[in-house]
Amino acid sequence: MNTKEYFKEQFEQSNVQDRNNLLDVVRRQAFDTFSKLGIPGAKHEEWKYTRISGLFNKEYSFGVNLTQDPLTQADIDAIRLPGHESANELIFINGRFSAQLSIVRSSQLIVLPLEEAARGEYRQLVEKHLGHSSKYQKDGINALNTAFVQAGIFICVEKGQVPDHPVFIYNVADAKAVNVLSQPRTLVCIGEAAQVQIVETFSTLGSQESFTNQVMEIIVEKDAFVEYYKIQNDKANAHQVSTTHIRQIGKSHTHAVTISLNGGMVRNNLNVVLEAAHCEAHLYGLYFQQGSGHIDNHTVVDNVEPNCLSFELYKGIMDDASTGVFNGKIFVQPQAQKTNAYQSNKNVLLSREASVNTKPQLEIFADDVKCSHGCTVGQLDEEGLFYLRSRGIPEKRAWSLLLQGFTMDILEKIKSPAIRTYVDGLIAERLEFRSHGQQEID
Amino acid sequence: MNSDLYLPAANDRNDEPGIIERTVLNEYKYGFVTDIEADEAPKGLDENIIRFISAKKNEPEWMLEWRLKAFRHWLKMEEPTWANVSYTPINYQDIIYYSAPKQKVNPANLDEIDPELRRTFEKLGISLDEQKRLSGVAVDAVVDSVSIGTTFKKQLAELGIIFCSMSEAIREHPELIKKHLGSVVPITDNFFAALNAAVFTDGSFCYIPKGVRSPMELSTYFRINAENTGQFERTLIVAEEGSYVSYLEGCTAPMRDENQLHAAVVELITMDNAEIKYSTVQNWYPGDKEGVGGIYNFVTKRGICKGVNSKISWTQVETGSSITWKYPSVILKGDNSVGEFYSVAVTNNYQQADTGTKMMHLGKNTKSRIVSKGISAGFSNNSYRGLVHVSKGATNARNFSQCDSLLLGDKCGAHTFPYIEVKNNTAMVEHEATTSKIGEDQIFYCNQRGIDNETAVALIINGFAKEVMNQLPMEFAVEAQKLLAISLEGSVG
Repeated sequence: MNTKEYFKEQFEQSNVQDRNNLLDVVRRQAFDTFSKLGIPGAKHEEWKYTRISGLFNKEYSFGVNLTQDPLTQADIDAIRLPGHESANELIFINGRFSAQLSIVRSSQLIVLPLEEAARGEYRQLVEKHLGHSSKYQKDGINALNTAFVQAGIFICVEKGQVPDHPVFIYNVADAKAVNVLSQPRTLVCIGEAAQVQIVETFSTLGSQESFTNQVMEIIVEKDAFVEYYKIQNDKANAHQVSTTHIRQIGKSHTHAVTISLNGGMVRNNLNVVLEAAHCEAHLYGLYFQQGSGHIDNHTVVDNVEPNCLSFELYKGIMDDASTGVFNGKIFVQPQAQKTNAYQSNKNVLLSREASVNTKPQLEIFADDVKCSHGCTVGQLDEEGLFYLRSRGIPEKRAWSLLLQGFTMDILEKIKSPAIRTYVDGLIAERLEFRSHGQQEID
Repeated sequence: MNSDLYLPAANDRNDEPGIIERTVLNEYKYGFVTDIEADEAPKGLDENIIRFISAKKNEPEWMLEWRLKAFRHWLKMEEPTWANVSYTPINYQDIIYYSAPKQKVNPANLDEIDPELRRTFEKLGISLDEQKRLSGVAVDAVVDSVSIGTTFKKQLAELGIIFCSMSEAIREHPELIKKHLGSVVPITDNFFAALNAAVFTDGSFCYIPKGVRSPMELSTYFRINAENTGQFERTLIVAEEGSYVSYLEGCTAPMRDENQLHAAVVELITMDNAEIKYSTVQNWYPGDKEGVGGIYNFVTKRGICKGVNSKISWTQVETGSSITWKYPSVILKGDNSVGEFYSVAVTNNYQQADTGTKMMHLGKNTKSRIVSKGISAGFSNNSYRGLVHVSKGATNARNFSQCDSLLLGDKCGAHTFPYIEVKNNTAMVEHEATTSKIGEDQIFYCNQRGIDNETAVALIINGFAKEVMNQLPMEFAVEAQKLLAISLEGSVG
């Protein structure tokens, strides 16, 4: 059975018929789109350097239908982030939101199953915003997630509210017994003058293959402030396409940091649409890939209205036989005069086998703008190395110091001290490992 | 303080609508048609037309076979759609693939060339007479489809340099043509290159033997004259070990309402320590101010640095054509070889340009440098699309790219699509790009010193493009600078 037929069967089994049910309507539309587009191949310009069709050759248990032993408390404890004692913890297992395991500590935070939100008082918000990401991710993989929206969640911070704890979202794939495909879906609405901090991680349990196709849509209203951190440090058997789509519909501020340290085939899509004047968006990314891993960061900053500011810095270190991809797009629409957009991508190749494909891209239709991008691929500065060596620091130590310095620009953008220390530790550990052995790390 | 005081330029803008009108009135001055009898093939394309072209040119059998092979492959290909340009589909059966000015076959000397034709070239400022010996440029002139004359042939021959039309080369130097033609741009390369290989009617061939430095600039002047024709020329330059040549190319066409297709192929080959410098000033008819008519310029240009320490340098000033689709590339195969690309692309009114380069680093210590300046005005769209590829074996490869765009007016677009692929960890690749408009502070500064808006804009644009202009040979630099001024005069101000 080919991929399309398989999903068709799955889709029909899930019985999406109700014309009055908002989610059913959205899902049916998305499934039609998926049937038309299929899984993107190498001919698709956005997937030129990242081949995912191979991942679909395997047999997956569809996360949604999966019934197996529930996770133990020990499983959950192992994947928790530091600072979880005072955080709102939302847990997805194989793409399904688990209300039992999740803990909401802040009263200012509303968390509802998406189905419930679509029926109740938040219907309008859901109707208006769910699926907007498909305007930017014009491929079957995004449609596939939408077609199977089930057990997703709706998060809302109402006007003027500031939750006293951050929101941690754990995407867990239980691949202990079978290959698993998970498709988590989240819609986040941040009301006027509200503020929230979201931290998201991905974890795979077990050694079977796991493929996570995640979509998160975030709506930011006037005067709101959102901090978003995505931390990926999964195993080599964990593959993912993770789309975060942020719409700033009022004059607001976004601060997003994406850290990718591990995994098999990882693709991140980060879209920021600046739909109001005077919006500000800061996008930072760090990728440090090893083994035969593949990390792909696609970002879009679409300036729709005038006077917006965006700043983007992505840094990558490619080790072993890993491959890195960066594609950053900046669009400036005709009415978006006085846009100020900056983008930079810096890569270091550590090994002979590593490679990088980067494509910074500007598409500009307004004249009174300041847009620039820069990108480099190279090695660490030999003069820096010499400086450290001349002060008696062993070569391997000097290397790891320089690399740590390279990552610093991004790490210091993580505003939560606990998370920053955590990520810093992960990188230091990796460098330590490397600096002692210079061996291939699995 | 009243901020208006600081911005006289912005205020002047409303007071002087005349500047823009003047620009619009600034018509394409090479738009005349020369009334000469032409020998044409019927419209359309099939194997018979290719046989007709081949027979007209008295080509040997192997050449015809080569063409037919390309044609059969072309039939299987699809027209590319990835470029950032839009146009109504071309009807390939509605084009005349062969048109030649009727004149004596093989003029023994330049005096025998149709005087009408010679007047055309004089109007264009190109002398086929050897009177202007002082200018020291050897010219091969190509009208519509065929070469009508090459100057300075004798002097060049004394040094062993072969500079002649492609048809002549096929007859006189088959061994060189067989060896090199299609070796850089194979007939299967892309849609337009395959079409060119099937129907190309002439072009220039240039061969610089070992150790020879060409004493003068070699130049080809292309002119589309007849109606409904497509121009498909093919240029091949081979620089043997230790040789050097600087080559110029210029283009113009009459003003017509329909779009005409120009699909050329240029191949450059450099052996050990050789260097080719290839400069283009492209001024095909860009269409009128409503975007009607103009040339579709779909060109494949590629050079290969075969030998060690060799160098290929492309310089282009692109002001004409309604659509430009062109990526002069360099394959850096020899160790220590160098590739360069300098470009100024100007689009105005409804012109579209999708141009850039490809630098393929294969050899060790190879270097490349890309400087691209795009200027968009009116309703035009200007894209830079480039690829820097460092393969696994290209140790210590080095690239620097810079792409700047200048926007004049708020209805035009500037786009950048740089692809960077690095598969070797000793490579150093840098890319930077900026997009902006002419600063009001810059205009203000000039105004303050008594320089009017128009001159100030010309000054700033010249400064913007200077890095590329400096690469042009003297004769071209003057022409190119004038072209820039004409294409853009008053678009801002």
